[in-house]
Amino acid sequence: MKTPRELKVKPIRNGTVIDHITANKALHVLKILGLPSKEAAVTIAMNVKSAHIGAKDIVKIEGRELQSREVDKIALIAPNATINIVREYEIVGKGKVKLLNNVNGLLICPNPNCITNTNEPVISKFHVIDTEPLMLRCYYCERIMNNKDMETQFKQN
Amino acid sequence: MVFDQKNIISISDFSKDDIEYILRLSEKMEPIARSKKRSNVLSGKILGMLFYEPSTRTRLSFEAAMKRLGGSTIGFAEANVSSATKGENLTDTVKIVAEYSDAIVIRHNMEGTARFASSVVDVPVINAGDGAGQHPTQTLLDLYSMKRLLGRIDDLHVALIGDLKYGRTVHSLAYALAMFDVKMSFVSPPELEMPRGIVHDLNKVGVSVNETNDIHSVLEDTDVLYVTRIQKERFPDPEEYAKIKGAYMIDKALLEDSDLIVMHPLPRVDEISYDVDNTKYGKYFEQAFYGVPVRMALLKSIIESYEK
Repeated sequence: MKTPRELKVKPIRNGTVIDHITANKALHVLKILGLPSKEAAVTIAMNVKSAHIGAKDIVKIEGRELQSREVDKIALIAPNATINIVREYEIVGKGKVKLLNNVNGLLICPNPNCITNTNEPVISKFHVIDTEPLMLRCYYCERIMNNKDMETQFKQN
Repeated sequence: MVFDQKNIISISDFSKDDIEYILRLSEKMEPIARSKKRSNVLSGKILGMLFYEPSTRTRLSFEAAMKRLGGSTIGFAEANVSSATKGENLTDTVKIVAEYSDAIVIRHNMEGTARFASSVVDVPVINAGDGAGQHPTQTLLDLYSMKRLLGRIDDLHVALIGDLKYGRTVHSLAYALAMFDVKMSFVSPPELEMPRGIVHDLNKVGVSVNETNDIHSVLEDTDVLYVTRIQKERFPDPEEYAKIKGAYMIDKALLEDSDLIVMHPLPRVDEISYDVDNTKYGKYFEQAFYGVPVRMALLKSIIESYEK
């Protein structure tokens, strides 16, 4: 007899499932995606067992199909995340997040003396200069931002 | 070769070809900078100078450079004579000065200011120092000085000494030297060593650097001793400061029997003894002069490439 599969999160009818999120990063992922919002119901599973990566988080967003560009932003903190688009309980699209070369308007430069941390009308802009470990360079002040700087930032938010 | 840089913001925007182009053009500018020849190539052009922070050499050498080429300058030398005191933001000031001039030079205490300024105006922008960030024209004049004083940049052993952590000139210079076939030593107290990010970048492009706390260990083999000031405010303990400062002071006795030149971006306080000034080692005043031909070359190049 088959062992009954333990269902931690119930399936969604229409929307997006983000799987294989680095364990304990689901809340940061939601922050990046501007969730929760009025139109979307969100279900989160944290620290669940994964055959691939040991432990992972899962985020299910009912009623909203995420565009690949907005999802790519989460590659900064969850580089292995996968995206499933669900329609009528069926997965109609699958994909992996991709780290973009530029990250605009999402992060705050860790350099307090950077022009982007003033009241001038300027949006933060970073170039990804290395992926393992992740390193970004501020387009304006050229300060290098590492994983640790980024973690602190998401914690503060 | 075509020089097509529109702005001079960071040495990292330069290729080796760009640098060599500017160094060659600087050489042609030298007789004009020394008043032995005349030029009017920038006649009728106006350089807008926004100096939010104090400067002697950079500001005056830009002014001299523009005037030597027949152009003129407008601007302010400190923030408290600008509309910044009335609360006007930088963006508006830069946009307005851009309407009055053919190029802008800006110095500001915030890092990234020049890059930002170049994104809001159409005229070329030159970074004359942004906080602890970049000071590319200083770097180019440093390279030019080495080339003029020693005949080459390739094959030199350059030792950067003093405050390598906060000193912006040494950061840009290290990146620029990495484009040449040079040997680099970083000599500093452990508290003020070169930021890891920069060492990482240098290693990534295949440059190995020798890092040490001991100035004596590099003297014999070095061609250029590039000295920077160790600032008192970096040390909470005045006794510690005095001890460290002493260990990195350059005087004539230290240099004797060596075959090197001493450079310094200036201003110096007491890190180089006055007894070095008139020796074959002390080259910092010549270095300061070279700021004029290099800035002439830069102004001519970017104003012309903008008009194309």
